[in-house]
Amino acid sequence: MIEVRGVHKSFGKLEVLKGIDCHIAPREVVCVIGPSGSGKSTLLRCINGLEQVNKGQIFIEGVEVTSSKVDINAVRQKVGMVFQLFNLFPHKTTLENITLAPIKIKGIPREEAETIAIELLRKVGLPDKDHVYPAQLSGGQKQRVAIARALAMQPRIMLFDEPTSSLDPEMVGEVLAVMKDLAHEGMTMVVVTHEMGFAREVGHRVLFMDEGIIEEDAPPAQLFDHPQQARTRQFLSKVL
Amino acid sequence: MSIHGLAVVANNFHLFLIGTLITLEITALSVGMGMILGLLIALMKMSRVKFISIIGVAYIDFFRGTPLLVQLMLFHFGILPLFFDTGPFVSAVITCGLNSAGYIAEIVRAGIQAVDKGQMEAARSLGMTHTQAMKFVVLPQAYKIVIPPLINEFIMLLKDTSLVSVISVAELTFRGKLLYSTTYEPVWVWGTVCLLYYVVTKSISMLGDWAERRLATE
Repeated sequence: MIEVRGVHKSFGKLEVLKGIDCHIAPREVVCVIGPSGSGKSTLLRCINGLEQVNKGQIFIEGVEVTSSKVDINAVRQKVGMVFQLFNLFPHKTTLENITLAPIKIKGIPREEAETIAIELLRKVGLPDKDHVYPAQLSGGQKQRVAIARALAMQPRIMLFDEPTSSLDPEMVGEVLAVMKDLAHEGMTMVVVTHEMGFAREVGHRVLFMDEGIIEEDAPPAQLFDHPQQARTRQFLSKVL
Repeated sequence: MSIHGLAVVANNFHLFLIGTLITLEITALSVGMGMILGLLIALMKMSRVKFISIIGVAYIDFFRGTPLLVQLMLFHFGILPLFFDTGPFVSAVITCGLNSAGYIAEIVRAGIQAVDKGQMEAARSLGMTHTQAMKFVVLPQAYKIVIPPLINEFIMLLKDTSLVSVISVAELTFRGKLLYSTTYEPVWVWGTVCLLYYVVTKSISMLGDWAERRLATE
């Protein structure tokens, strides 16, 4: 479903990705862990074209997103993304946040888009928050609206960029619960996270990244309990 | 200061009012032109196409980097007559509009760049084109940010329209000059001109405060 081949990415002189290869199958939940600056977020942002790779290729459902000829907007409609800082549209209500893209991009009639949006708000546990502005929501609620907004485009893949890193600890659980539901429904997910519990419980596979390469790629039980690489062991000993 | 001066002002007050009205007309038309053109110039300056961005930069450099008084004379006597036969009023509106577009472009650009980068990214990640993201997500947020500096620009422009008196547009300052030269009542005549400018600029700034408060409640 997602195929990453030999991807390199630099910001100026700093090489952030130094040859990434990986494959993500449909319905798979892949968690990406690793220290700050290891390139996890950059890899995620390359997958939906928010960053352009310097070398290598990325395919989503057979379409090369790294090609200059690709219709990147069409690809992005199939790939939802959730950001660390939510990035909700502050000038729009939660309902408008969710319906904006379906109405403007897909041309779905407003009433239909709103019905879908209300259904999604119910799904993320915020059925009565349709007419409030983001400023009136807590961090955990904002992130759940952001997930609903991404889901409104009916994506085939969801990318999560440290979705709980800027939340107060007591709000982490409610966001992870929504993500867990999504995983159980069979959504293909790539999750950059520091939540080792989530990675272990929900992830089918865990990628450990360090200094721009994938050091280790294994099912969570193996990676957490019997890490093969010294660098992985060193990282885990600090975070677990 | 004399009773004579008061009589001069009272007898000619309608002329002051007509002058104020013309000042307002020039300002309103220039601001309208400046806003549309300014947005366009701002987008050009931010364009990733080098050629287009250079045009935007050059435009702003010229109109911000040279005096409006000189621009008025250049356009009224030099450039505009090459294309069509304009009266002083039209020359004044065009030149003031072109000039304010340069300033407004920078205000708009600053406003757009003040909107968090994550907003554009979120919009793009949903599949919007750059134009859609600008139109539905970034610009509506930039409006609020640009209101205070934009009001400031309107007030500056309104006062700068006093310069168009040099190309004989009969606005407020021009009327003041005329009346002063026949009556020699500087305090009464120029005092009245000041007061009328003040009333108008104060009204604009109050309107700006009101607009800001309204948008802030959202």
